[in-house]
Amino acid sequence: MIARLLSILSAALCLWLVACTSAPLRGTGDLGVVIERARGSVQIVEQRAMRSLGRVDGLGDLSHASVVFSRDGRYAYVFGRDGGLSQVDLLSQRLVKRVMQAGNSIGGAISSDGRIVAAQNYQPGGVKLFDADTLELLAEVSTGGSKVVGLADLPGNRFAFSLFEAGEIWLIDARQPRTPQVTRYPNIGRQPYDGLASQDGRHYLAGLYGEDGLALLDTWQPERGVRRILDGYGRGQAALPVYKMPHLRGWSLAGDYAFLPAIGHHQVLITDRRSWQEATRVPVYGQPVFVMAEPGGRRVWVNFAFPHNDTVQVIDVPSRHIVATLKPGRAILHMEFTARGDAVWLSSRDDNRLTVIDTATLNTVAELHAEQPSGIFFTWRAQRMGM
Amino acid sequence: MNWRALAVLGLALASAAHAAELAPARAAALTHMLHQECGACHGLRLTGGLGSPLTASALADKPANSLVATILDGRPGSAMPPWRPFVSADEARWLVEQLQQGRLP
Repeated sequence: MIARLLSILSAALCLWLVACTSAPLRGTGDLGVVIERARGSVQIVEQRAMRSLGRVDGLGDLSHASVVFSRDGRYAYVFGRDGGLSQVDLLSQRLVKRVMQAGNSIGGAISSDGRIVAAQNYQPGGVKLFDADTLELLAEVSTGGSKVVGLADLPGNRFAFSLFEAGEIWLIDARQPRTPQVTRYPNIGRQPYDGLASQDGRHYLAGLYGEDGLALLDTWQPERGVRRILDGYGRGQAALPVYKMPHLRGWSLAGDYAFLPAIGHHQVLITDRRSWQEATRVPVYGQPVFVMAEPGGRRVWVNFAFPHNDTVQVIDVPSRHIVATLKPGRAILHMEFTARGDAVWLSSRDDNRLTVIDTATLNTVAELHAEQPSGIFFTWRAQRMGM
Repeated sequence: MNWRALAVLGLALASAAHAAELAPARAAALTHMLHQECGACHGLRLTGGLGSPLTASALADKPANSLVATILDGRPGSAMPPWRPFVSADEARWLVEQLQQGRLP
């Protein structure tokens, strides 16, 4: 009798243990991370269900934060303003590791083999390379104090970035990650503020704040050096004040065109990607911050700097017309498309809200609470170069 | 308005007898603007970014008048834009006082 009772009890215990230790199986391909900038936390969200799965706290000062993903899409690497680099497990919703790697940081990238996380720093400048599994420091590339902007991954475990004060583009070859090799391209133009690599990893573009134009490096022909494109795009027009620096990433290039924010002009510049000549420019509502092509490349979404940051405009690429002007909330800081562009998520910092818009109808299909949200990062980035 | 802005505001009002008098709602709006919009370059915690740090120690040896002028008219050659469309001279002076005395952490 007692033996039977014991066996029933132990069977029950086994079931209970199994239930407790094995969360339901799931993938991460439909997940994402939302930065809550003032709270120093991230929310983990599920794209199709349009819901939050949880929150991870303790990530420090996220007032300018960006995220890259491990190649298996399980871990998010969060680069914080305070120099913190945090590894977050999307499945267990835990902070796995965190290192303070600089005084003031701005973002980072992950290598093409997924083994190296590179952090770009304002203070003390430079780039640091970390082992993606352990966050062990592998190497440090000093830039002599110059702030590093626009760090992007390139094929073959290489990275490109620009130097704000020095006006240079540097390439790092990190095939030997403890002894990275640096190639410098000086005199690219004044005050590069951000950069991007194309999705095929061929072109690296740096946007210039100090003059009207962008610097282009064709990494298939590096011996040709850096050339200027859109040179003097603001000629003859007084520059307007810029209350927030635009951001560049691979989403600015789609199909045959590049869609780029003008600096000091309320315009989106469209260039032909073969000739790199200006195709046209579209007047918009304010200083563009993010100029993001839908994954299909048919339309381009634009948000704006203060004081126009309550507005998002949608440009139809074939006609080059603005087809929608949306007011999705106060202080729209970021937009993120799903991988195939059926929806776009917007963060409204001052309304403490995420808004999900169906791109086919432009209707709002969901709203989620988030504390002063800024960047939204979906896991498809794990599989994309230049993101 | 968040609790932090309120707390900061309370501290500021309690100890800044000689500061320009600002309506509480306006002071809160300026504090929000400082952390959020100025913070885009200077950091949410004012520790710097593309823009220089705005902590009390970083601003200790800077003349207040020059800081007020920088807020109002920007600094040519740098990325600092003019904020005159959004703040008055008195409000800029109030901001500088708060910053230099470390009342806007």
